[in-house]
Amino acid sequence: MAQDTGVGSRSVERPPVLSAGPLGWLRANLFSTWYNALLTIVILWVLLQIVPPMADWLVLSAQWGEGSQEACRAAGGACWSFIDEKWRFIVFGTFPSDQHWRPTIAILLIIGLLFVSSNRNFWSPWLGLVWVVGMGLVFGILYGGFLGLSFVPNTLWGGLPLTLVLSVVGLAVAFPFAVLLALGRRSDLPFIRAMCVGFIELIRGVPLISILFMASVMFPLFLPTGVTIDKLLRAQIGFILFAAAYQAEVVRGGLQAIPKGQYEAADGLGLSYWQKTSKIILPQALSIVIPPMVNTFISFFKDTSLVIIIGLFDLMSTAKAALTDPAWRGFYREAYIFIGLIYFAFCFFMSRYSQWLETSLNRSRRH
Amino acid sequence: MAIDTRKAGTEAQGPRASLLNDPKFRALAYQILVVGAIVAIGWYLVSNTLNNLARQNIATGFGFMDREASFAISESLIDYSPASNYGRAFVVGLLNTLKASLLGIVLATILGTIVGISRLSSNWLVARLATVYVETVRNIPLLLQLFLWYGVVTESLPHPRQALSPVEGVFLSNRGFLLPAPVADPAWLWAIGAFFVGIALAVAVKVWADRRQAATGWQFPTLRFNLLLILGLPVLAWMLAGAPTVMEVPELRGFNFVGGISLSPEFAAILIGLVVYTASFIAEIVRSGILAVNYGQSEAGLALGLQRSQVLRLVVLPQSLRVIVPPMTSQYLNLTKNSSLAVAIGYPDVVSIANTTMNQTGQAIEGVALIMAVYLTISLAISLFMNWYNKHIALVER
Repeated sequence: MAQDTGVGSRSVERPPVLSAGPLGWLRANLFSTWYNALLTIVILWVLLQIVPPMADWLVLSAQWGEGSQEACRAAGGACWSFIDEKWRFIVFGTFPSDQHWRPTIAILLIIGLLFVSSNRNFWSPWLGLVWVVGMGLVFGILYGGFLGLSFVPNTLWGGLPLTLVLSVVGLAVAFPFAVLLALGRRSDLPFIRAMCVGFIELIRGVPLISILFMASVMFPLFLPTGVTIDKLLRAQIGFILFAAAYQAEVVRGGLQAIPKGQYEAADGLGLSYWQKTSKIILPQALSIVIPPMVNTFISFFKDTSLVIIIGLFDLMSTAKAALTDPAWRGFYREAYIFIGLIYFAFCFFMSRYSQWLETSLNRSRRH
Repeated sequence: MAIDTRKAGTEAQGPRASLLNDPKFRALAYQILVVGAIVAIGWYLVSNTLNNLARQNIATGFGFMDREASFAISESLIDYSPASNYGRAFVVGLLNTLKASLLGIVLATILGTIVGISRLSSNWLVARLATVYVETVRNIPLLLQLFLWYGVVTESLPHPRQALSPVEGVFLSNRGFLLPAPVADPAWLWAIGAFFVGIALAVAVKVWADRRQAATGWQFPTLRFNLLLILGLPVLAWMLAGAPTVMEVPELRGFNFVGGISLSPEFAAILIGLVVYTASFIAEIVRSGILAVNYGQSEAGLALGLQRSQVLRLVVLPQSLRVIVPPMTSQYLNLTKNSSLAVAIGYPDVVSIANTTMNQTGQAIEGVALIMAVYLTISLAISLFMNWYNKHIALVER
C-alpha cells in the first residue's frame, strides 16, 4: 500500500471498469452476490410481466377525454371518459352544479390554511385567529344565504370539501380537549386522572365505526324531546371524541418528554399550576409533538372515509355513488384510482412534511 | 360553584392559613366540582334517553337476544339458520371477526417482516420496490383498498365456469377462492396430535438443555433439534398411518364449485386488504427495530467467536424485539379494530350483525354497547398478552 502513494511519477490509472461507473453501480447494487443476482433477475421478470400490460391499460389502450361507455369497452383499456364525465360529482357531490365555484374556493381556502400553518415563521397565537376566520369563511361560502348567495343546506355538501371539513374541524376542535385530557391523565388528582384514563382508553379500545354508529343512532336519543341535530354535526361530534382521545396520547408523549427539572424549577419560582402549565410546560411539550400530530392528522384524514357507513357523502361515498349510474357500470378501478390519487396526494405531502419538520426541529433544538 | 368554596374557606378560617390555600382541600374541591359536573351531564343525557325510549316504546335490556333472528348469514363457523336467535347470530359474527383478525395478524406479521427486511436489502431493486409498496399503501385509506380488492374479486375475476387456476386444484372466481382440502382420514388427526406432542417435547428439551448448559456449559443444538421435532413428528405420524394423499379437489357442478375449502369473496377481500395495509406499518416497525441495534453489537458478537446465526439470535434479535414489540402491539390492535370495516363490503363480522340487529329491533344502545364490549375485551386481551411478552423480553435492570 505504501508504494502506491507515490503519485506524480506514475501515470494516473483509471479505476477498473467493473467497480466504478454504471457497471460498477449495477454490480454493487443488483448483482453483489449470487442470490442478489438471482433475486434481481426474478424481480425484473415479474416486473416485465406486470408493468407493460398495466401501462398499456392505464395509458395506451385507455379512452381519454369525452366519450361514451361503448367506446370505452371497445378500447379495452382504462376508461378515463368515466372520470371526465363524473369528476365534478365525485369532487363536489350533490352541491348545486351552477354553484361549484363555492366548494372550489372552500377547498382552496382549507389548503391555503394548511399551507400557511406549515410555515414555522407563522407559528404564533395569531394563527389560531387566522384559522377561526378562515374556517368561518369556508362555512360561510358553503352555506351561503347572504350577499345574494343561495342557501345550501349541509345535506347537499359532499365530496372533497366534506372530507376536508370533517377532518380539519374534527382535529382543530378536539385539540384543546386533547390537551386537557393529557394534563388530566398526568394529574395528581385521582378522580380526574381515573376519568381521563377511562375516557381515553375506552375510545382507543373500540373501532371508529362503533363511535360513528353511536353518533348516528344514539345521539338523537340523548337529546331532549323535540331537539334534533343534523347528521353532519353528529358525525363531526363522533370524530371530535375520537380525535381527542388519540391526540391526548400524543400530547401526553410530549408532556413526558419534558425533563422533571422544568417542573421543579417552575414550582421553585412559586408559579401556580396553570401558570406553570401554560408558560413553561405546554410551550415546550407542544412543539415536540407537532410531527406526531401531523401523523395523527394523516390517519384521521384517511379515517374520514368511514362516514360512508353512516350515509354521509364524502369523497369515498361520491365515488361509490358515481359507480351506481347504470350508464357507466363496472368502471370501479378508474373511480378508485382517481380518489386514491387525491387521498395519496394529501397524505404523502403531509407525511413528507412531518418527516422534514422532525429533522429540522431536531437540528434547531440541538444548537 | 365558586361561591361555595369561598364560603367553606371563610368558615374554617383560624390562626392558620385560609382553607382556600390548603392544597388538599383545593384538590378535593376541584375533583368534586368536575365529578359533579360530569354526573350532572350524564344524568341529563340518561334521563333524556329514558324519556325518548319510553316515548318510542322501546324496551331496554338484552331480552331481545332470545328472539328469532330471521335473517340469513352468508358464512358461519358454527351451525346457524335464520330460525336461530339473535344471541347465536351475534356469536357467529364474533367468530367471523376473530377468524379474520387472527389470520390477518399472522399473515400481516409475515408479510410486514419480509417487506421491512427488504427495505434494508443491499439489492437496490428490492429496497426500492419495498419503499414504493410502503409509501403507496400507507397513504391510501384502508376502506378504499377494501373496496378495490372486493371489486377485483367480484367484478374482475371470471365466473366459476371460466375460473382461473394458477395452481392445480386452486380456483379463483368471482364467487371466491377455492382450495383443495385433504379428504377426512384418521392419519390427519394423528398428524395434528403429533404436532402438539412435538411442541410439548420441544419445550421439555429446551428446559433440559438450558439446565444442562447452566450446570456443565455444554451446548445443545436446541433450535435445530426442536424444529425437526415439531415438523418431523407430524410427518412421521402421517406416514405411519398410511400416508394418505387423496385431496378433495373443488369441482365445477352446475353454476358453482363443490368441495374443497372455499373462501368467500368478502372474506378474501377483507383478509387481503387488512394484511396488505397493516403489513406496510409493520414493515416500518421492523425496519426501525433492526436499525435500532448498533452494528457494533454484531461485530462484538462475531469478535467473541459466535457464529452469524448465533449473533442474530442471541445478540441482535433480543435487542430489536425490545424496540419492535410495543408498536407491534398497537398495530395488532389496529388490525383487529379495522376488521370492523368488513361491514362496508358485507362480510358478516360482529359489527355488521349488530348493525342488522339494531335495524331490525331498534335496540341501538344495546347493539352499540355489545360492539364496544367485544372490541374492548379483544383489545384488553391482546394488550395483556403483549405486555406479558414485553416484560418477558425486557431488559432486566438493577
